[in-house]
Amino acid sequence: MMAKQLKYQNTRSKVHPHKFMLWVVMSSLCMMFAAFSSFYLVRQASGNWHHFHLPQMFYISTAIIVLSTITLHIAYRAFKKGNITLYKILLPITLILGIAFIISQYLGWLALNDMGIYLTGNASGATIIVISALHAAHVLGGIVALILANIHAFALPNKVTKFRILRLELTLTYWHFVDALWLYLLCFFLVMQ
Amino acid sequence: MADLKHNEGLLVEEYGYEAIEDGFHDHHHGDKYQSGFITHYIFSQDHKMIAKQFLITGMFWGIIGGLMSLVFRMQLGFPDSDMSWLQPILRGWISIDNGVGTLDPQFYYALVTMHGTILVFFVLTAGLSGTFSNLLIPLQLGARDMASPLLNMMSYWFFFLSGAIMFASLFLSTGPFSGGWTAYPPLSALPQASSGSAGGMTLWLLSLVFFVVSVLLGGINYITTVLNLRTKGMSLWRMPLTIWAFFVTAILGLLSFPVLVSGFLLVMCDRGLGTSFFLDQIYIGGQALEQVGGSPILYQHLFWFLGHPEVYIIILPAMGLVSEVLSVNARKPIFGYHAMVLSILAIGFLSFIVWAHHMFMAGVNPFISNIFVIFTLIIAVPSAVKVFNWISTLYKGNIRFNSGMLFAIGFVSLFISGGLTGIFLGNSAIDIPMHDTYFVVAHFHIVMGVAAFFGMFAGVYHWFPKMYGRFMNDTLGKLHFWGTLIGAYAVFWPMHYMGMAGVPRRYYSFATFDFSNQFDLTNQFITIAAIITFGFQILFVVNFFYSIFYGKKQKQKNPYGATTLEWTTPIDAGHGNWPGGIPTVHRWAYDYGKNDGTMDREFIPQTEPVSPEEKEYDDKHLH
Repeated sequence: MMAKQLKYQNTRSKVHPHKFMLWVVMSSLCMMFAAFSSFYLVRQASGNWHHFHLPQMFYISTAIIVLSTITLHIAYRAFKKGNITLYKILLPITLILGIAFIISQYLGWLALNDMGIYLTGNASGATIIVISALHAAHVLGGIVALILANIHAFALPNKVTKFRILRLELTLTYWHFVDALWLYLLCFFLVMQ
Repeated sequence: MADLKHNEGLLVEEYGYEAIEDGFHDHHHGDKYQSGFITHYIFSQDHKMIAKQFLITGMFWGIIGGLMSLVFRMQLGFPDSDMSWLQPILRGWISIDNGVGTLDPQFYYALVTMHGTILVFFVLTAGLSGTFSNLLIPLQLGARDMASPLLNMMSYWFFFLSGAIMFASLFLSTGPFSGGWTAYPPLSALPQASSGSAGGMTLWLLSLVFFVVSVLLGGINYITTVLNLRTKGMSLWRMPLTIWAFFVTAILGLLSFPVLVSGFLLVMCDRGLGTSFFLDQIYIGGQALEQVGGSPILYQHLFWFLGHPEVYIIILPAMGLVSEVLSVNARKPIFGYHAMVLSILAIGFLSFIVWAHHMFMAGVNPFISNIFVIFTLIIAVPSAVKVFNWISTLYKGNIRFNSGMLFAIGFVSLFISGGLTGIFLGNSAIDIPMHDTYFVVAHFHIVMGVAAFFGMFAGVYHWFPKMYGRFMNDTLGKLHFWGTLIGAYAVFWPMHYMGMAGVPRRYYSFATFDFSNQFDLTNQFITIAAIITFGFQILFVVNFFYSIFYGKKQKQKNPYGATTLEWTTPIDAGHGNWPGGIPTVHRWAYDYGKNDGTMDREFIPQTEPVSPEEKEYDDKHLH
């Protein structure tokens, strides 16, 4: 009787601790990018700053990451509903799109290079390169999570459990986060031009 | 499939909550945390063991950092003395001329830098909040362990890695970083700027990035545990003040350390990739560098956005520990519990909007400075509330003067002395002549250095039985207290006068200036006092390690008659903390000396239900 009463008494809310942890991590990352944004603002305001247009490649990469976040979301919903086939199709596609995003970012930096914007020299180019590279590093973390998700999808038996839903949801949340972060950064760069 | 089941089993074991239903300790698939020497003492995931690891590593660094201060105090107090006897340890950093050994000025700066870095980050951040957050959060909240014991273990090992890298940097031929613990560019951003800016700075940056990872992993765990894993009945407003302090500390760390990392990242780019974020028009050896347009002030903003919350990351856990120790040993409820919590929250909030008071002399617009002055001075209000409440807690208390209590009272004294000079320095008009003098050194050493150490000592003496099942020697503890209290004031009090006379900090020697060489005797006095005070710390270290093995055994579960949950566990609690179900909570943490007409009790544990008569009385008289 006592034991039954106590069952969920030790969790204070319905949020799973791992999910909560991820939210804490993301708020911490927000602070980091807020710091970079304020650096950008203040540095630009202090002058000696070249203005240039973002290369086309950055828009393509935006499309890629938005697409990937949609495919992952559909994959997650399919898994929850037990539609294993759709889940197994969309999860690898998301992974490929994720890798494509990194490649397109790299091509974007090369395009900047062709425009004569280097890490050395005026800080305007370097700031954008460093911030987008740091974002890409966080996307790489998401890709590792996606690789694990793919391994789980193909190596484990086709069974929908609470634990696996949670694991996929964590991946999904983080992937949405890096997607939203990139959209924010792109808008920020555009507004600051 | 079997694999999956195993994973789900792990979840249950990690959180403990479902385990209550199955019986946490009925799973005899071996307590994986305690099975062997390595998993028990080294790669332990038990929060109690991790706490001890943090504490002992912190003590190691405390001794190193303290010894460094003695070496540069020797230089300041006795600049002409022969230091050749240090040559066997310091090697090339002592140059011998005509048989007289002198300390290399470059190494003096390295010592000052390392002393600051080590004490601020390794001892007073990791050693203090790492130790006690780990030890007390699960125990006082009624949790089996942290939300993620694995991340918790990694938090310690990242700290260890960070320490190992910093330790290695001490042995570089070019020396460790020497540009001050704040690592301002250009000294930090140009490898050729000084000998310490080369390899030493590279390792310094690497070490601190790992340190931040450690703090973040720890902080994520602390926050999640506090919000998600409290036992039944432990509402936020029933948490002991220690937990409130650790909780807010973790939030501060989580929001401010990432900003520091972004600053470090940009410094790394300036160092390695030739960017010019913080560099502008610098000539080295007559040659102009290509990097133009950067601003070192921007680094200062990024640094102090962490740097100021950092001082509260250091002092808040000490405040929490002191509140608890004072209340238990005064046998009185803490005075103004809600005001205490609200002032912790207020200090935490304000700490984010005062950073530029470290930069009044860095070219910040005086009108903007005004805003920072006002917010800085407002911090005096919650701080004063806390001091008032601590003193009111002591008033008419039935005080037990044991070592832990003495250090807690000493903390209040130091916090007042150091806090008052903070009001001086918070005013930009006074800060401008005072900045970078020994007045500042005295201020921050008393208020966040020595005071935080006192909070830590209070915690160690008080909770030592919880860690090792034995007591530390109380006589040695009292000796340690009086030696440290008198010693610390003897070291830092005179520095106020030197600072008011304008003696600058960080100088290698004062011999060439008339206004500063009048303090020769003062400097000698400070150096001797520092050596003696350090000697008293050795007493503590000896007492600590001796007591682990031979201290007086703890015979009762609850030796202090405390109300909080950590004293409901067995004396030698295993992983999971409680052998049966976890305790539930029915009242706040400070029911000491309850004498309300329906009962006359010295203390009532949090686990004891409120009787109908008591409730009736309380409703009538308290609400």
